[in-house]
Amino acid sequence: MLVKAKGTQQSVAASRLLDGEAVWLGAGNIWVEDVALAAVFDGADAIAEALAFAKAEEKRQIVVDVYPLDVEITDQGTRPTHLRERLKGIGPTVRRDLGKQARQPAA
Amino acid sequence: MTEMTGPTPMPDTHSPAIRSNQPADAHAAVYRYDEFDKTFIFERVEQFRAQVERRLKGEITEEEFKPIRLMNGLYLQLHAYMLRVAVPYGMLSSTQVRRLARIARVYDKGYGHFTTRQNIQFNWPKLEDVPTILRELAEVDMHAIQTSGNCIRNVTTDQFCGAAADELVDPRVYAEILRQWSTLHPEFTYLPRKFKIAITGSPNDRAAVQVHDIGLIAKKDEVTGRVGFTVYVGGGQGRTPYLAVKARDFVPVEEIIGYLEAILRVYNQLGRRDNIYKARIKITVNEMGADKFIGLIEEEYARLPRQKFYVDPAIVDAIQTHFAPPPWLDLPAVSDSFEAAKQADPAFARWTRTNLTAHRTPGYAIATISLKPIGGIPGDIEADQMETVADLADLYSFGEVRVTHEQNLVLAHVRQDDLYPLWQALDAVGLGTANAGLISDIIACPGLDYCALANTRSIPVAQRIAERFSDLDRQHDLGELKIKISGCINACGHHHVGHIGILGVDKKGDEFFQILLGGDAGTNAALGEIVGPGFDYDGIIDAVETVVNTFVKLRQPGEIFIQTLARTGHAPFKEALYARA
Amino acid sequence: MPVLDRGLPIDDRWTDLADDQEIPAEGAIIVSLERWRAERDALTARRDAIGVRLKSNQLATELAADLGALSLVALEFPKFRDGRAFSAARELRERFDYKGEIRAFGHIIPDQYLFLTRVGVDTVVVPADRVGPAWAHALKEISVAFQPALGREDGTSVLRRHLKGTVPA
Ligand code: HEM
Ligand code: SF4
Repeated sequence: MLVKAKGTQQSVAASRLLDGEAVWLGAGNIWVEDVALAAVFDGADAIAEALAFAKAEEKRQIVVDVYPLDVEITDQGTRPTHLRERLKGIGPTVRRDLGKQARQPAA
Repeated sequence: MTEMTGPTPMPDTHSPAIRSNQPADAHAAVYRYDEFDKTFIFERVEQFRAQVERRLKGEITEEEFKPIRLMNGLYLQLHAYMLRVAVPYGMLSSTQVRRLARIARVYDKGYGHFTTRQNIQFNWPKLEDVPTILRELAEVDMHAIQTSGNCIRNVTTDQFCGAAADELVDPRVYAEILRQWSTLHPEFTYLPRKFKIAITGSPNDRAAVQVHDIGLIAKKDEVTGRVGFTVYVGGGQGRTPYLAVKARDFVPVEEIIGYLEAILRVYNQLGRRDNIYKARIKITVNEMGADKFIGLIEEEYARLPRQKFYVDPAIVDAIQTHFAPPPWLDLPAVSDSFEAAKQADPAFARWTRTNLTAHRTPGYAIATISLKPIGGIPGDIEADQMETVADLADLYSFGEVRVTHEQNLVLAHVRQDDLYPLWQALDAVGLGTANAGLISDIIACPGLDYCALANTRSIPVAQRIAERFSDLDRQHDLGELKIKISGCINACGHHHVGHIGILGVDKKGDEFFQILLGGDAGTNAALGEIVGPGFDYDGIIDAVETVVNTFVKLRQPGEIFIQTLARTGHAPFKEALYARA
Repeated sequence: MPVLDRGLPIDDRWTDLADDQEIPAEGAIIVSLERWRAERDALTARRDAIGVRLKSNQLATELAADLGALSLVALEFPKFRDGRAFSAARELRERFDYKGEIRAFGHIIPDQYLFLTRVGVDTVVVPADRVGPAWAHALKEISVAFQPALGREDGTSVLRRHLKGTVPA
């Protein structure tokens, strides 16, 4: 279940309209496929601004299902704090050969 | 229409199909489209293609597109889109199975997932490919219509219909009539919530009719010989499970569509639309009171223009021809080669004990193909395996394959003489596990590995339980024991009706699992009860083993788990689970 | 707002009156159910046609006794997903044998248009920026109907083709 983001550090997730690929808003408002590269927005204003951009991208038929998520910054990049969001960044744990994890070193 | 994967003729001397020069699946009991059905299905594909184009151009919003894509079976999950393809009442021809394999390979990632509603899901399609996938399905008389959305969903039924020894009425013809009636129903496509109908024609309910919005039990009136249905209404699982209440003891076949129109109209007008969790008909029935609700149905039915909805017996007869029994041979009731093979090969003998069901015709048997190999993903099947199953169906079962609500496959008409070679061929591709109905034949929803709504994963729990009990002799000793796992309260994994049900909950961000005991999806339908506090990801496997060991300690000779539980009550199980903790 | 009949905008003679708008001396008007009940005498004293709007939670039964006085019933879709009006329209036609115009308004998408015509709706009200070829197209996309319903070409269903091997005209 989607957990409401409450922290001060948040990223913005979405799915690409055309193929359903999970993406995150990265630096320079570019959608990235690797959650580790997700931009981290600090504080309510920055988060609201990022969300507004993402919602506009929804209107431009780029992405769907936009929402904010709690994250932390680690040496390996951005890491979601909730299990659901971490799995979204990896792929099915029961099929390690599929999804993002099959393309890149596991986050 | 191009037939890309024609049925492969098999060098098989005894197949009646080959003798008469027909395709190997000519006798598969699937409804074959006529020109009207074909016109419709291709129009529908083009309609969806246009809808996708309008969506990509921004002429419709995602909010507006979502119900449209859902009514064409397309979800958005955690990692990708998911396409749910209807398998009407679980029946497939080998040609259709080969097409599913092709779709898995060309447009997806080489596998499919059979669901508890007898459908198949593909987990990785691209939106832009979906119209083309739907066209490929249409070419073999298949679709994804109304496999999701707040409409009348795919009608489900007993996987052994038309073959089981205990069947009174073959429900498929009625399931097909309901499929046609409900397809793009102009009045009932924007219901308060999804609507699921199940039919069985056997006194041993294998379709779990009492946990459906409408459950129909087909029967023959003993005096008049007329066929009709006992109609149940208001069952469902999800976060507030209810068993259905009986609305009418007997609705004759000719009146069934009128009666269903009445139920649906009352529900469409009065079902709650203010709260998605209270929108199912089960809530309407229970908030209003069953008597009042049934009274409204009867009033509505009394004033409907019944003649308009009259199901002419000629319609039934015409559709019945699609489900004519295949040309079974006159065979001795006992097959010497079958008996000999059982003697010679204990692994085969073990499979025959769990994966065969009595057929109504001497010399035949119904074979269940387990999609639950130990450690595998319940319900998943690779494209290659699908093709093997299609070939074996052509060779041994009139080119027909069925999907069960327990996420297995069935070959319904296998000669006893052929069972041994069939099992050997299945076993060679990992489909020969002797565990139907046993502790490792687990129903599990996709859970957090795929599903955007999940609290927890389900599949790895199923895998680890199966591995814990991987010793088949131990499983056989335990006997029938149904474990059903859902990764959240929506109950797609039927945890309410598992002998042992497992429900995933979120506990401060960690995966936690509750155990329910005493559910039953069969004729004596019952909802399980939560035994106590949940267990963590590792603890749940030990907890299941504790429950099982308690059963072994308490059971009397010949008892299966659910019987012991009914005799002893939950107390000794609770004690074993929580006493030491 | 533009009104569509058979997919195309028509000249509409009806004025849709909010409850706080004054009743004009002349011209066809549509009022809410509440206003119809409160001001029935004044409304029927006028010479011109009257229509009544039903909200999606108001059943067709509410108007059963009044239908003889009404030339139009307008059914609201507060959200396109709220499908109660489909049953209301059908009850008006099938149960109460209503012969006047049935109009759908509110949030409606072209993909529902064919269904609307099949439950007895004649016209739909569409925001100007949503008028386009999709509406007329929607009526032609699917030429086959599986169940008996209402509307211009219906009266029977493809299910019945099994009787004679053809769909009766
Ligand atoms: C992964 C995508 C899926 C999503 C988003 C999903 C969503 C849902 C939701 C929201 C409900 C609760 C509906 C309600 O109570 O009103 C539900 C119930 C159900 N789903 Fe799923 N589901 C998914 C996959 C599946 C699968 C794979 C199966 C079969 C294995 C399945 C079978 C069912 C069944 C049998 C129910 C219970 C029906 C009832 O409440 O009576 N679902 N699903
Ligand atoms: S039960 Fe919950 S987790 Fe499992 S598939 Fe259904 S919605 Fe997803």
